[in-house]
Amino acid sequence: MSQPPALLSVRDLRVHFKIASDSPWPWAVPRVLKAVDGVSFDVAPGETLGIVGESGCGKSTLARALLNLIPVTAGHIVWQGREMQGAPPSAWQDVRQNVQMIFQDPLASLNPRMTIGQIIAEPLRTHFPGMAAAGVMQKVRAMMQKVGLTEQQINRYPHEFSGGQCQRIGIARALILEPRLVICDEPVSALDVSIQAQIINLLMELQAQMGLALVFIAHDLAVVKHISQRVMVMYLGRAMELADKSTIYRDPRHPYTQALLSAIPQPDPRRERHKVLQLLQGDLPSPINPLSGCSFRSRCPKAEDVCAQQVPSLQALNAQTRVACFLA
Amino acid sequence: MALINVSKLSVQFETPDGLVTAVNDISFSLDRGQTLGIVGESGSGKSQTVLAMMGLLASNGSAAGQAQFDGQDLLAMPPQALNRIRGNRIAMIFQDPMTSLNPYLTIERQMTEVLELHKGLTRQQARLRSVQALDAVKIPEAARRLTMYPHEFSGGMRQRVMIAMALLCEPDVLIADEPTTALDVTVQAQIMALLRDLQRDHGTAIVMITHDLGVVAGLCDEVMVLYGGRVMEHGSAESIFYQPTHPYTIGLLGAVPRIEEGAHMLVAIPGAPPNMARLPPGCPFSERCTLADHRCADQRPALSTVPEYPGLLRACHRSPADTAFQAQGVGA
Repeated sequence: MSQPPALLSVRDLRVHFKIASDSPWPWAVPRVLKAVDGVSFDVAPGETLGIVGESGCGKSTLARALLNLIPVTAGHIVWQGREMQGAPPSAWQDVRQNVQMIFQDPLASLNPRMTIGQIIAEPLRTHFPGMAAAGVMQKVRAMMQKVGLTEQQINRYPHEFSGGQCQRIGIARALILEPRLVICDEPVSALDVSIQAQIINLLMELQAQMGLALVFIAHDLAVVKHISQRVMVMYLGRAMELADKSTIYRDPRHPYTQALLSAIPQPDPRRERHKVLQLLQGDLPSPINPLSGCSFRSRCPKAEDVCAQQVPSLQALNAQTRVACFLA
Repeated sequence: MALINVSKLSVQFETPDGLVTAVNDISFSLDRGQTLGIVGESGSGKSQTVLAMMGLLASNGSAAGQAQFDGQDLLAMPPQALNRIRGNRIAMIFQDPMTSLNPYLTIERQMTEVLELHKGLTRQQARLRSVQALDAVKIPEAARRLTMYPHEFSGGMRQRVMIAMALLCEPDVLIADEPTTALDVTVQAQIMALLRDLQRDHGTAIVMITHDLGVVAGLCDEVMVLYGGRVMEHGSAESIFYQPTHPYTIGLLGAVPRIEEGAHMLVAIPGAPPNMARLPPGCPFSERCTLADHRCADQRPALSTVPEYPGLLRACHRSPADTAFQAQGVGA
């Protein structure tokens, strides 16, 4: 997995939350919700890693943990060779200049009392407080043009924009510092199909122009396919499969990936009516009382005894694919 | 005679910005056992169309035209008469299963109420019937689950409860307004399989409202594509998906990300969804259409048949031959 030095490497990352105990006694041991439980991956400069999973699988928690926006319980985050776990806030300040985030709800992530110009300029004012106002404005204007906004919109407020345009503002704010890595947390799931395609194409264009690396988080495998080089599938806080895009869609190895792929409805009536559905039984189990062994076994069509006894680790199957399954 | 016959349905809202027409001149009909997909992006008027049929418009909205169900006009009916049909012969499933169940009442109370009101069953009989309905939508331990409150169910389970409730009176028509949008894909696949089975077993007619073309492809015989409150194209699922002739349908199909091998690049539709208070006088899609000319912006194209495509209705000044080039590589 280690070709060129990774921009970001994550090793055995865990984010656990303590939640109130069921028991009425004050001395009862608090329960633990393991939102992210031992996830490892690398992001190379300029590449896109797609992270896919259903609601509750820990993908957004992972995104926030990567920027230290929520405390990490254990594990290592290494940014350009520098260990960030336990690093002082000043070191994180440096990282945040190079790692930016785009959020899911485009309108809620913009301050309603700030104009578009102020919103996009804020990262510059934070990280380069000495920069002249004229210089800031010039950069803001250039960035607005890059993401497809017009200069006349600079003094407007977020509520005057549609969802797609708000997401463009979010992208402009993330890219104004010319970061090396952008973490996109479900950036298109709140948008209409036609607008979704605009934003995905815009992100890909900007990535090529600026040499960005992207961590692209989504619940939809089809969306991720268009933008990623590698894809990681998560289930209940663990990585189930991590593979190159070309292999994971052609030859998914984990039963969960297979079920996810077969569940996506495609706009093709003949194919949809005749496809063999791998229906999963039931819903996502609660992450508070996890199962022994493999967390997917309660819904897995192939589960055997061994799956209940041991937790499968993410093992390299070949050069392109790593799978956490005894039966793959 | 068709079970449902909607003709020239329009919905208008009085807003501070003036009169806004959300739905304009929509007509369709539906037979027993058929499925109609209504597709469109947010603001295209797809939800308001069915809310108008059910008499559920917001207080500042008004509907015009006709919506006949079994020969009776739903729009002209007094609420008492409508109440005998709603929930009984026409049932509706809403998008958000949490907000459409009453959080203060157990599932049992909410389900038995429907049966006591419409079918005149006793509480005992209604309870038995409710357990059967929950069984039918594959909720495990239905008898125990019946006494629970909505918050004790997961999203997918809540949507099953909604479906079970909608099917209690064995309605002739089921209107599903984005029933799987709030759910995960694996759960969505379960719900879709459930709807297909129910339709096969009971011959229910389904109106499926969605923005997801994939959902439509798996379930619908006929598809109606809406934009800016008007019908853009209306035809069989086969013709809409394999031979789209309207620039908007072609654009939508091109913008959907696909998983199959060698998929095309995503083709975005330029621009933003229309402001319903300020629609252009001509075709509502003209501002975003790459084939539009001055005629499209000024004159509204009529929804009309095309000799080469039997059964297809489309509203476009351009001929299917003009749009054929655009459609290349988009149809599946």
